[in-house]
Amino acid sequence: MIVPIQVEHPEQTLGKLLRSGVLISAAVVLAGAVWFLTRHGQEVPNYRTFHGQPPQLSSIAGVLRGAFSGHSRNFIQLGVLLMIFTPVARVGFSVALFAFERDRLYVILTLIVFATLLVSLFWQI
Amino acid sequence: MNGLELTLCIFLVAGFAGVLGSLTGLGGGVVLTPALTLLFGVDLRYAIGATLISVIATSSGAASAFLKEGFSNIRIGMFLEIATTFGAIAGALLAAGISTSALAIILGCVLLYSAWSSTRNHHDAVQTADEDSLSLRLRLSSSYPTELGLEQYHVQHVRGGFAMMFGAGMISGLLGIGSGAFKVIAMDQIMRIPFKVSTTTSNFMIGVTAAASAGVYLHRGYIDPVLATPVMLGVTAGSFLGARWLPGAKTRVLRILFGLVVGALALEMIYSGLARRI
Repeated sequence: MIVPIQVEHPEQTLGKLLRSGVLISAAVVLAGAVWFLTRHGQEVPNYRTFHGQPPQLSSIAGVLRGAFSGHSRNFIQLGVLLMIFTPVARVGFSVALFAFERDRLYVILTLIVFATLLVSLFWQI
Repeated sequence: MNGLELTLCIFLVAGFAGVLGSLTGLGGGVVLTPALTLLFGVDLRYAIGATLISVIATSSGAASAFLKEGFSNIRIGMFLEIATTFGAIAGALLAAGISTSALAIILGCVLLYSAWSSTRNHHDAVQTADEDSLSLRLRLSSSYPTELGLEQYHVQHVRGGFAMMFGAGMISGLLGIGSGAFKVIAMDQIMRIPFKVSTTTSNFMIGVTAAASAGVYLHRGYIDPVLATPVMLGVTAGSFLGARWLPGAKTRVLRILFGLVVGALALEMIYSGLARRI
């Protein structure tokens, strides 16, 4: 008997990538929030006046450093970053897909988007 | 209210917004920024930062479902994302130089337009002219599944659509919303792409557009993790539920009701902006 080989559509792979990104980041955020609220849930937060976030919560390097040294806010922010990077990863994956299809024009177009996203996320403008 | 109570309240409101946003196709983000500022007294900048993250979450979640059905056109999406990402970064940079009162007024106007456009009935545009030469070179034309089988479509006015997409990206970056309504104008009205393809491709693009401005907002300190949590989780949970109920829901009535809620919030935003209370 010949077993038909299941060829997965690239669209479905993109879809799976997006869905797992959302679920993983939501899980990290939820874990961080439970951790934060069990310690600081009784405090009254102030969102009425804008102070901005400290450097350790407003840059990728800062968030990573804080998350791995055990700060619950940073851990939540790590989940938020994973959520931001989910569509970015989708674009990066599309570059590979177009390269696989030998579609030079779309490799270039997609690389422009990918590079712009990376510059805006890592580089403080 | 202490932190725990506030988080739970915002989670419920965001969940409700997520359900209605996905049932009506408007997205939960449109009501969240005004709800956070008007109901919970959150500073507009924190509200924009938190809503932006929830916009990425809903777009990515919904796009995964639409990609499976074969409506989204990835080539059109990728090509137009060049315009929306540059627009979004420009908009986010511009936002820093504008007072929150002015931002509130602009947001109110954009919401009014989105609410109005969502209550209209859509007919697929009749394809009048021949395919655009640029569309031919970029191989944008494709087909999509209908009740009668696969239907071909071709794309017109690529330059005009690209310019409109830059504007849509700018609005998204300026206000931290998905600005799906403006993306659909570019694709449905200008480029004459079938409505179902326009809306699903727009949804596919919203996450990337929002991620482009998220960097600017992150560096400026607009994204508070503790506030973003209930907004992001609530909208995501709500829109998953909404998508599950969608087949049986009376969307026409819901669209009008939600349109009225968005309209009322929009007027309140404009009034608060004019009175300089925001």
